[in-house]
Amino acid sequence: MSTAPGVEICTLIIENRECGGRSDQTILDVAEEYGIFIPTLCRLPGLSSIGACRMCLVEVKGSNKLLPACVTKVQEGMEVTVNSERLEAYRRTTLELLFSERNHICSVCVTNGHCDLQSLAQKLGVNHITMPYLHPHVEVDASHPRFIADHNRCILCTRCIRVCAEIEGAHTWDLMGRGTKARVITDLNRPWGESESCTGCGKCVQVCPTGALSEKGQAAGEMMKRRQFLPYLSMMREVGK
Amino acid sequence: MLTNAKVVSPPSDDKRWKIIDGTMRRHGHQPHSLIEVLHTMQETFGFLTDDGLRYVATSLRVPYSKVYGVATFYHFFTMKPPGKHTCVVCTGTACHIKGANTLLAAVQEESGLKAGETTRDGSLSLLTARCVGSCGLAPAAVFDGQVAGKITTDSIKRRVRDFLGNETDAEILSVGEHQ
Amino acid sequence: MNQDDLANIAVQTKQEESRYDHVIKVCVAAGCLSANSDQVKTQLESEVKQRGLESCCKVKGVGCMGLCAAGPLVAGEGNEKMFQNVTPADASAILDSIVDNKPAPENVVIDSHLDFFTGQKKIVLENSGEIDPERVEDYIAADGYEALFHCITKLKPLGVVEQVTKSGLRGRGGAGFPTGLKWTTVYKAGTGQKYVICNADEGDPGAFMDRSVLESDPHRVLEGMAIAGYAVGANKGFIYCRAEYPLAVKRLRTAIRQAESHGLLGNNIGETHFDFKIEIRLGAGAFVCGEETALIASIEGGRGTPRPRPPFPAQSGLWDCPTLINNVETFANIPPIIRRGGEWYSTIGTEKSKGTKVFALAGRVVNTGLIEVPMGITLREIIFKLGGGIPEGRRFKAVQSGGPSGGCVPEQYLDIPVDYDSLASVGSIMGSGGMIVMDETSCMVDVAKFFMDFCMSESCGKCVPCRVGTTQMHNILERISEGRATQNDLEQLKELTGMVKAASLCGLGQTAPNPTLTTLRYFMDEYKAHIEEGRCPAGICHPVKDKEEAEVGA
Ligand SMILES: Cc1cc2nc3c(=O)[nH]c(=O)nc-3n(C[C@H](O)[C@H](O)[C@H](O)COP(=O)(O)O)c2cc1C
Ligand code: SF4
Ligand code: SF4
Ligand code: FES
Ligand code: FES
Repeated sequence: MSTAPGVEICTLIIENRECGGRSDQTILDVAEEYGIFIPTLCRLPGLSSIGACRMCLVEVKGSNKLLPACVTKVQEGMEVTVNSERLEAYRRTTLELLFSERNHICSVCVTNGHCDLQSLAQKLGVNHITMPYLHPHVEVDASHPRFIADHNRCILCTRCIRVCAEIEGAHTWDLMGRGTKARVITDLNRPWGESESCTGCGKCVQVCPTGALSEKGQAAGEMMKRRQFLPYLSMMREVGK
Repeated sequence: MLTNAKVVSPPSDDKRWKIIDGTMRRHGHQPHSLIEVLHTMQETFGFLTDDGLRYVATSLRVPYSKVYGVATFYHFFTMKPPGKHTCVVCTGTACHIKGANTLLAAVQEESGLKAGETTRDGSLSLLTARCVGSCGLAPAAVFDGQVAGKITTDSIKRRVRDFLGNETDAEILSVGEHQ
Repeated sequence: MNQDDLANIAVQTKQEESRYDHVIKVCVAAGCLSANSDQVKTQLESEVKQRGLESCCKVKGVGCMGLCAAGPLVAGEGNEKMFQNVTPADASAILDSIVDNKPAPENVVIDSHLDFFTGQKKIVLENSGEIDPERVEDYIAADGYEALFHCITKLKPLGVVEQVTKSGLRGRGGAGFPTGLKWTTVYKAGTGQKYVICNADEGDPGAFMDRSVLESDPHRVLEGMAIAGYAVGANKGFIYCRAEYPLAVKRLRTAIRQAESHGLLGNNIGETHFDFKIEIRLGAGAFVCGEETALIASIEGGRGTPRPRPPFPAQSGLWDCPTLINNVETFANIPPIIRRGGEWYSTIGTEKSKGTKVFALAGRVVNTGLIEVPMGITLREIIFKLGGGIPEGRRFKAVQSGGPSGGCVPEQYLDIPVDYDSLASVGSIMGSGGMIVMDETSCMVDVAKFFMDFCMSESCGKCVPCRVGTTQMHNILERISEGRATQNDLEQLKELTGMVKAASLCGLGQTAPNPTLTTLRYFMDEYKAHIEEGRCPAGICHPVKDKEEAEVGA
């Protein structure tokens, strides 16, 4: 393993296992190398990490705050707890909050069975929602010739925004508003089909963790996401710098 | 001088675009001057327009969606034309404790307006603010940019009545404009 | 300009003023201006002219005198004589009183020996209500810019940092982080481009300390920032000021222009090699932009959303450069600390909370306005001595400090000292200095709902716990206030407070549950009355009377 200047090799403990990593790696990077599972939603390898969904929170000995594994760099001697009663409860609550926020009806969704949100919920044992649904009125934008944006399924992870800005370089997507009123938009909040900047590459559709962005003409459960392009393109971007 | 400027022409031949151009030039057309430029646009025109956002986006080379995202993130910016007069009721903590809600109810009783609305004739907008920094004078309100303290339901109704009352000319005018 | 020029201006300005037998000060800060103090000032001036007193009587606009609720305020004879609720019609009587020592009408006279005035200790506000905020000469005559000149001509940057560390000053923006430590970090962060940012976003909806400092003594903040720039090695500063404060922005612009033309800002300050420029950036109505990483995102022209720390701004901030961010009041403390020494400052206050703190006292209290008190004073002294107690003979219920991030402190804790740690021990925080007094006419469920509503609409929406959590908590509080809630709701509320506090990304979400938590802790009886009896003890909420009907509806 060769290291860049200033980068050190460190040893740390994750879930009682001794692990080795570089000081420019995150806790999540190292955990994955050792096959230790930490749930994630907003993060996607190849895109910048933003620490927003809070699924990956872990406890680090000596810190009174919970830290997002996706953006916290490892340090020599760190002791990381990934699974505790408290962390698991918080993750389930986070998922419940997401399900309660918009209108997620899996049985009719194009990504039913291939959805990151759904599979995380299954994995973490969230099978019913105790919180009242907020039932916002949000729309479906079917103006694009090949894609559909169904805001009912959007969890505001901003993966679409990041892939479009960071990889495709089009920056068609962004967020408008704030709080629960925030929404992803294309250009000046015009229908996607009228977008002047969209290249129609479809990367946003592929990275979207849910059925919010999908290809047209898919029946419930048919939309599979293809993300193999990401590691390659993000590597090319690094090289290009 | 080296600038980031891209040659685009303003959305209309309204002279006021020169003011927005001025702000952009002062900041060397840097993308990070976006918020300053939006402030100038709102000060100049009273609100932000789609055309204006498009113009600023192109001039500063900021993506459309980002400009729209910024404009809607900050509550100070509005994309709706404001009324001729504005009444801002403070709903900060001190004013809440001293009955800001009853003031809002009083304005609604007098004008039918809820917070964030403008009368159909465009004579008055009712807005709320989270503290205008006059908590010592709570409850406070701002009438056409002038802060007034120790407001009562009677005094606010009187101000609202004045605003609505002498607007018969404006009412006709703005109806004309809308046609 | 060099040190001698500075001293000359000071001497000249003092001499000019001492030519007058009487200086009549009229408050022209925003509070009194909104009560037409400018007209009072004009009337006084023309009265002076009419009586031919121009050579012995000077009318001067000054900054905030503190007792904002009684404005317009006028003072004369070195504050021995003070007048309240002054109208232009009172001008003549006030002149009679000041010049001819005749008794003024009782309704305008204030006793200048009120506890409200004598119970204060002024460091940050030493010039407020004394100098003309629109004249740099007035500030210089009050030892202004002396500290900056001392630093750049006599001290090494590290020497300045040492004084600040020695003073024990902690950040006045809310969290109370040791200022010396922050300066040291930025000082050590290499030799490249660095920035200084003054946080003047003052987002707490019930606080106006920073506004008052900026309107009454803007040069003090500029001087503090320039000293910071010299100490940490930055040549550029930004003031991020909320757009809701037009007068503060105007006075800041004037002050920057004056400082530049006097060579107090710009290149080669004091004929040394030190350069420092300051620009103003306007906020646009987003509370979260007070959070430092969101503030930086906003200065960079984007949506004001926070990002995870580390890296802290001190290491990587504005345009990824090391950046020092301090609050207005923090910077305002710097010139006196340099002038009189860190040691001196550390003798004021308590062991872990040094110096004084400015509070904006408001709500159900007799004297509302601005006070500066030494740390360690009790809440009871502030509210009942300086504040004059609760009006109309009503009973005190709670005092809210720290705004949306703070908590409600009940009567049983009125005797705790006001310092960072004591307030935290009862579930509140020092915060930036908003202090809202509530009496029996306030409903604590309603107060909790009010703050949650605030946090919900100010949440940037980036992270899930805060974005959706505050909304769910708000809805539960609304159901409680309307008498539609069940025991289950209460349990869920408690669970969410813990989760949102621990899991949110930034300080907004992490502290949003505080007002709810403290009211749950100290006023459970009020929650119960709403839930079990459908009754609001304070008569603010209108819970559904018929509980059964509510249950069927839910
Ligand atoms: C949601 C939120 C809002 C804040 N608002 C302000 C503010 O309005 N003014 C301020 O000075 N600090 C505010 N802060 C604190 C700043 O993040 C930062 O700690 C402070 O400016 C540092 O200065 P100090 O060390 O001098 O206190 C806020 C923090 C949070 C989390
Ligand atoms: S549309 Fe999909 S990728 Fe984009 S923010 Fe929503 S859930 Fe995430
Ligand atoms: S805690 Fe709230 S304000 Fe802070 S990042 Fe999360 S959503 Fe935004
Ligand atoms: S994956 Fe780390 S916060 Fe979303
Ligand atoms: S709360 Fe209304 S002015 Fe501050």
